[in-house]
Order: sequence, then C-alpha cells, then structure tokens
Amino acid sequence: MIVNNYTILAAQGLHARPATALVKLAKTYKSAISLKKGEKEVRLNSLLNLLSLALKGGEIVSIVIEGEDEMAAATAIDRFFKEELKGL
Amino acid sequence: MKAINGIGVSPGISIGKARWLNKTKAVATGGLLKNEEDILAAIALFEAAVRLSVEEIEALLKEREASLTEEETAILETQVELITDPQLNDDVLALIRVDKKNTNDALLEVVTNLVELFENMEDEYMRARSADMKDAGDRIWKNLHQYQNNAQHYESDTIIIAQELTPSDTISMDLRYIAGFATQAGSSAAHTAIIARTKGIPAVVGCGVALNDVNEGDLIVLDGQAGEIYCNPDDNLIETFGEKRNRFIQINGELKQLKNIPANTTDGVKITLSGNIAGVDDLDAINDNGGEGVGLFRTELLFMERASFPTEGEQFELYKQAALRSKGRPLVIRTMDVGGDKDLPYFDLPVEQNPFLGYRAIRICLDRPDVFLTQLRAILRASVFGDVRIMFPMISGVPELRAAKSVLEEAKRQLSLSGIPFNAQIKTGIMIEVPSAAIIADILAKEVDFFSIGTNDLCQYTLAVDRMNSKISYLYDPFDPAVLRLIGFVLDQAAKHGISAGMCGELAGDPLATKLLLGMGLKDFSMSAAAIPAIKKIIIATGLDDARHVYENVKQMDNSETIKAYLRGL
Repeated sequence: MIVNNYTILAAQGLHARPATALVKLAKTYKSAISLKKGEKEVRLNSLLNLLSLALKGGEIVSIVIEGEDEMAAATAIDRFFKEELKGL
Repeated sequence: MKAINGIGVSPGISIGKARWLNKTKAVATGGLLKNEEDILAAIALFEAAVRLSVEEIEALLKEREASLTEEETAILETQVELITDPQLNDDVLALIRVDKKNTNDALLEVVTNLVELFENMEDEYMRARSADMKDAGDRIWKNLHQYQNNAQHYESDTIIIAQELTPSDTISMDLRYIAGFATQAGSSAAHTAIIARTKGIPAVVGCGVALNDVNEGDLIVLDGQAGEIYCNPDDNLIETFGEKRNRFIQINGELKQLKNIPANTTDGVKITLSGNIAGVDDLDAINDNGGEGVGLFRTELLFMERASFPTEGEQFELYKQAALRSKGRPLVIRTMDVGGDKDLPYFDLPVEQNPFLGYRAIRICLDRPDVFLTQLRAILRASVFGDVRIMFPMISGVPELRAAKSVLEEAKRQLSLSGIPFNAQIKTGIMIEVPSAAIIADILAKEVDFFSIGTNDLCQYTLAVDRMNSKISYLYDPFDPAVLRLIGFVLDQAAKHGISAGMCGELAGDPLATKLLLGMGLKDFSMSAAAIPAIKKIIIATGLDDARHVYENVKQMDNSETIKAYLRGL
C-alpha cells in the first residue's frame, strides 16, 4: 500500500475538469485508489463522490493506492498532482 | 413593446427572432415493480439508456472532433464520467431493487438528489456544476424514452429563449445561426454565460418569469452588456440598436486584435497595462482584455459586505486565490481603505464633519493595529503564491509611513517565529493621493519600492473639492495644472530615485490623458479591465518624443479647459 499527501495546487479547487482527468487516470490502473480528506474517503472511480468533497485550492488530501500496479499508479498520480493539475 | 431586464453576461447587441427551447418534462410516474422479472428488466433498461447516452456523446466527440473547443470536449468528457458513475449506478439500482421503483422514477430521484447536493455547495463554481449533473441526468432520461436527440435546425438570427441552457443543448446547436441567448435562470458563472462569452454570442441571463411574455417568433432586441431585452420593439429602437450593433462589432473587432499585442510605444518602450480589481473574479476580465497583472486590488469590499472583520484565514484564502490566478504577474494588494465614503456595518466609524479629511484608511489601520496586523499577516502568507506586493493608502508623511512599515515588520517577525513561509523581500509601496505626499515624493521615494498615484483623491485634496458634492463637481478636474504638476513631480522623483511609479486612478484609464501621461514619463497604468484595450490602442500608436512634446505644450497652458481642448484636438 502506498500513501501520499498532496496540496491541491489549483486556485479553483478540484473542479469538474481536473476531477474528470483524475478519475479517468485512476481508472486505468488495476489497483484500488482512493482519496482521503480528513475523515472522508472516496474511491477514485466515482467523479460524483470526488466532486462531493468540493476540494478547494490549498487543501491537503491523501491518496491511498493498493494493488499489483501500485508503483506505476503512484508515479502517474504524483505527476498529476505536481505537474498536470496546474495546467487544467 | 416590452422591456425585460436581466443580467448581461456576454456583451454585444443581437436582433432576431425568438425561439423557445422547450423540453419534454420528466415526471415521476409512481408505478412500482412487481417481481424479480420486472426488476431485471428495469435494470436492463437503465443500463441500455446509459450505454446509449455514452455512445451518443462519443459519436458527438468523434464527429465534431475538429470543431469542438478544448473546453467543450472537457464538458462532454465530464458528462461521460457522470453518466457512467458507479455511485449513480449503485443509487439507481438500489431504488429499483430495494424500493421497487421503475427505471424512470429511480433515475429522476437520484438525479434530483445529486443536483440538490451540488446546488447546496458553498463554492459558486461547484454550485454551477448542478447544471452539468442535471444535463447528464436529462441525457440518460431522454435515451430511456428513446427520445431522438437530433440536432435542432435553426434559421439564421435566432435568439434562443429558455428556462436554462445545458451543455448538451448548446453543443448540439449550430451556433452560426444563433444570434443571442436569453434565459430565466442563471448567473455569470453558469454554462450559458461561459459558452456565450467563449463564442462571442450576446446573452442575458436571470430574466425570471418576465421572459414568459416572449412568444415564439417575436422580434427581439437583446443587449448583452446592459442586460436588456426588448420584445417587438418599434422601428426607431431597431434602428438605434442596429447602429449600436454595427459599432460594437467594429470596435470589438479592432480591440480584440490588440489582446496579445504588447503595449509598446512606436519607439519600442514597454508600457505596462494592468487592472484594478475588487475581487478574485475580476481577474478573468483583465486577462480577456489583454492586461498584465493587477495594479490595484481594493481589499475593502472584503471588509464591507459582511457582519464582522474577516479573519486572517479568510483573507489569506482570498489573497492566495488572487495570487495563484495572477499566474506570476504582479498583484498589488492595497491594505484596507475604509472611512470617507466607505462605511463598515460592524465597525463604529464616528460621524465626522469632514470624513475625507478624517479617520480613514491608513489612519484607522494605525489606530487599530490588531486589524492591520491581521491583514498584513494574511497578505504576507499569500506572498509565496505569486508576485504579491503591498501598498498602503492615504500616506501623508514620513512618520505615518514608518509606523505602517513597523507594523509590517512586526507581522513578518511573527510569521518567522511561527515558521510560516512568506516572501521576506515583498515589495512595499504607497499610494500617492494626498498632496503632502506628492510634494515630498523625493523623501518618500527613499523609503519604499514603488509609488502608485491615486488621481481621484489627489485631485479632490489638491483642489479642495469634495468629490461627493454635486454642487461643486465642476471644480473636480484631474487636468487642472496644479494636479498635473504634482503628478509630473512624483514621476520625476520616482525616476530620479530609481523606484517605479504607476497610476491606478481614473485618469490612467481616460483615453484623453494617455498621451500626456506617457509624455510625463508614466510607464505603469492600472485601470478597470474594460478600459485596457482602448488605452493600449493609443499607446501603440504613440511615440515617446511626440508624447513629451504634448507634455511640454500642456505645461505652458494655464487652465484645464485649454488643456482638455488641446488634448481633444490631437
């Protein structure tokens, strides 16, 4: 299991477009991937659940990844939060 | 003829025929499923509707690949995710299985709940996503009823009238034929507004029930700037608006082309045109108009529209958003400038004989270091997210400036002690709006990184004219030689001491003053976003030698009428 923390570096927060991109990315891996904000945890296969967290810019979330391709998934998600998110 | 008022969200004039976008109403039937066979059939029906909906969007994406913008593609991709969402699927299936609801009712209930969930969110942007959810639900519903969602055919100059428009509505429209949008619901962050602005189609939203008076085929005049709609106008009005439309198209076309052109003079001197903002959302308009950064962020709105002083956290959040959205361009944050004509409902400002000469702006801040310190800490904390700068208003002399700077130092010290990151080299400047400050600009220049000339107050204080008093408003004139002389002196002293001097008052956005100001040596103009293109147009057609010549001539003139007549004749 891999757990990483990220700060949402997007002024508008994790709105529809980046959230869609994140869910689409997570779905390409076999591992179970979820996102935690405080007590709340959602599987990253559901855009609705992700949007319902209404993540704002500057908030800190944890990503929990578990499964056979967790290393690859973690790398891709790391890139998403650190690089791709700013451009979305 | 009837006039209807709404919110203008996409400027321009359109004249055309009304066409109502009617949608078949989805209503719950109340029918319950009887047995396992019914349940399986209902689930199969739902799954088919989802599949058809996805296929429909994928076909649309493929077919229109070349013509869809990135934004439209993103909207459709989001919709695919919503339609196939496992949570939505689970919720619908639970209602079918457990509550024995038919597919239609189960779908409507789940979508309604989700739409409500978004509508109740705090963030305006997230609230606007309720339309996306509703849209996704509508699409499944339509397919459920094997509704043929063929692209509609429109005649040219059609003005779409609707309760509200969804992304699927607009994407399946051939927008070449659409002259305007008018909707009953909506805000400037809603889909209709965004798509209309992107496509340059005039739009008025939030018209309410008044729009019900518009009948199919009525002649409509729509003003997307003023937010006005005229139903069946007379010939005079049509002519007036026809001319207005042509003028708008011409000017807009010219000014649009300037958006990405740098504001350089004909002899290649770079001039910075930035915007004045009162909130984070105003930043978009600066980008749209080709501005570079923010020369004045008025923070008092943040203090005014509420019931108590905003906390450090609230302020930090806002300044951070502004810094992030400025994308590395300068963001000059002016500390709280209340008093004078700006009252705070929760702060007992004394009633004064001369409020503009009284307890206001930096004077309040220095009297209430708790309030001041909170704001400075918030600004400093936001300074790591962009090129944030601090500006003090109403500085009238050296002791006042030093006092303000020492509070800033205290804020920095506190943050350092707590290990909170901030930009220790944050640029600090002052407004030059009190004549005494202008007169000692040479002394003040040694104390700060930049000046910004506030012409509105500088003018009223120099000429002893209360700008709220309409009886003497004729005396209020920034082209007065005394005011111009002060501005000239401030710019000279700033240049001599190697600090930058900008202007953020009304004069910076007045096309009549542009050449003169260039001639005086102003290189940094900050104004309301809408004024930027017109000022840029003048700058790129002016050489600094010519501008200096204009200034030399103006210096010889002894009154503002002569000066303005001369400038008009250029």
